[in-house]
Amino acid sequence: MTLRLDALGQRYGDHLVLHGIDLTVPDGQLLCVVGPSGCGKSTLLRTVAGLQPASEGTVTVDGTPVTGVPDQLAVVFQDYGRSLFPWLTVRDNVALPLRRRGLARAERRAEAERILERVGLDGAGCRHPWQLSGGMQQRVAIARALVCRPSLLLMDEPFGSLDAQTREDLEDLLLEVHRTDGATIVFVTHDIDESVYVGDRVVVLSPGPGSRVVLDLPVQLPGKRDQIGTRGLPEFVELRAEVGRAVRGAQGYPTG
Amino acid sequence: MSEGQKDSRAPDDARTPTPARSALSSHRPDRSAPSATSARDAHPSHLLLRLLVLLLALAAWQLAADAHGSVYFPPPSRIAHRAYELWFSGPVRHLFLTSAAFEDVLPSLGRMAAGFGIAALGGIAAGVVVGRSRWAYAVCNPVLQFARAVPPPALVPVLVVVLDFGTPMQITSIAFSAVWPVLINTAEGVRNTDPLRIDVAAVLRLGPLERLRFLLLPSALPRIFAGLRLSLSLSLILMVFSELLPGTADGIGFTLTDAQSRSDLLTVWAALLLLGVLGHLLNTALLAVERRLIGRGRTTP
Ligand SMILES: Nc1ncnc2c1ncn2[C@@H]1O[C@H](COP(=O)(O)OP(=O)(O)O)[C@@H](O)[C@H]1O
Ligand SMILES: [Mg+2]
Repeated sequence: MTLRLDALGQRYGDHLVLHGIDLTVPDGQLLCVVGPSGCGKSTLLRTVAGLQPASEGTVTVDGTPVTGVPDQLAVVFQDYGRSLFPWLTVRDNVALPLRRRGLARAERRAEAERILERVGLDGAGCRHPWQLSGGMQQRVAIARALVCRPSLLLMDEPFGSLDAQTREDLEDLLLEVHRTDGATIVFVTHDIDESVYVGDRVVVLSPGPGSRVVLDLPVQLPGKRDQIGTRGLPEFVELRAEVGRAVRGAQGYPTG
Repeated sequence: MSEGQKDSRAPDDARTPTPARSALSSHRPDRSAPSATSARDAHPSHLLLRLLVLLLALAAWQLAADAHGSVYFPPPSRIAHRAYELWFSGPVRHLFLTSAAFEDVLPSLGRMAAGFGIAALGGIAAGVVVGRSRWAYAVCNPVLQFARAVPPPALVPVLVVVLDFGTPMQITSIAFSAVWPVLINTAEGVRNTDPLRIDVAAVLRLGPLERLRFLLLPSALPRIFAGLRLSLSLSLILMVFSELLPGTADGIGFTLTDAQSRSDLLTVWAALLLLGVLGHLLNTALLAVERRLIGRGRTTP
């Protein structure tokens, strides 16, 4: 799915959050959005998800203007603890989006188990989310997002509150999912390293009010990405420095 | 709010199967609502202690009544015996219940069940509607607070005028008094649904009924039960009160006034005892339902 933002602006009352955002995300691209906290990254995703209407400009998905939640869209929220439903088992949480596809109960369960296995949670289906660690809960949230095979996946700082090891595992899970499913993904993070490691392209937003795109950088790294090798590549180090300069520059620090 | 923190404190070693009991203890009732019996009360030594206090109170009552020897304050042994004679000395195939038990207790329970049932269903349904819409909440809240502030028995004379004496009036009194706590608590619970979860439901494109079943009702459930507990005690009060009025021919309240008019104070006391036991049993039953529904892994405020 191709996502297109045209002169997108978003305000809360008098407070202008985003202004003049032009961005085209081609089908199958994994775009990372980086920016300081409070610059409007979540607001951007909520607008794309059709959860709040744009104050200025338009969002289109495959040429259709977004007015409600687009079909084929899935979202992974940062706060996994709140985004899962604690009164449902892991399997029922994951199977919930399948209801509107009119599948029978047994089919929904089988499909949920299949996806759970894919994110490395086989056997956890009968537990409740609060019985799992943070990393496992976020895997459940990812499984719930993937179960309907979305063609547009939005992720809002999904790994922000996880420990380093879990985070690297989930980054690699995300890359694997992207390779095999080929969905268009918008991945919001405040972690510069993560954006370069995960993304096909990194976009940096300036701090608010009225955030704009200050850097739009394609990421080309040789070979398959892996946590140790890739992060040591000179290309990786150079790209990371460039994103870092843009984030710092945008924050008003000396860039030299 | 606090749930995110709580969740992140979940045990990291997820391989050990968590026993069912931990689900119970992880349920924290809403602080602003009257709390259900907590796990601490169920501790064996507390149970023993409570039993001891109860027995001591009974013994003191017995001794005081015996020493005083007044017909107005019979000792508990005689009250219990009268209750036994009246209601529990029936044949085995009737579970020891006498025909008087069926005539006195069943009509009362039937009216209470009808009134409470109407109040619960109506209150939950209306509460969801009011809690879902910011507009409806703003408009209805003053009215609801007012309705709640009126002492329920004060409504009965009005209903007597409108409906005349009899079962419809009694059921209406119960329902009309008991509906407000459920309604207000349900509305409050639904209104406090985590906004993030509302976004989740929107992104998952749940239909209105699915949203109700999988999000709004489960997340409001602790508040709904807080309301139901209040409503249940109001139902019992109104059940008795509406039976004290003329035009009643059966029920525990009628037994009470009837015995009083015959100066049969022992029966009056026995009826009081029966009411206390009934109220306690109904409360326990409601708590059991609540535990069953909410105990399983609820951490939501
Ligand atoms: N519902 C809201 N009402 C008013 N202001 C809001 C609301 N949500 C976010 N904001 C403001 O918009 C700005 C951007 O917020 P957000 O999109 O959450 O930033 P980020 O995700 O980049 O940290 C912040 O200044 C925040 O205070
Ligand atoms: Mg954010």
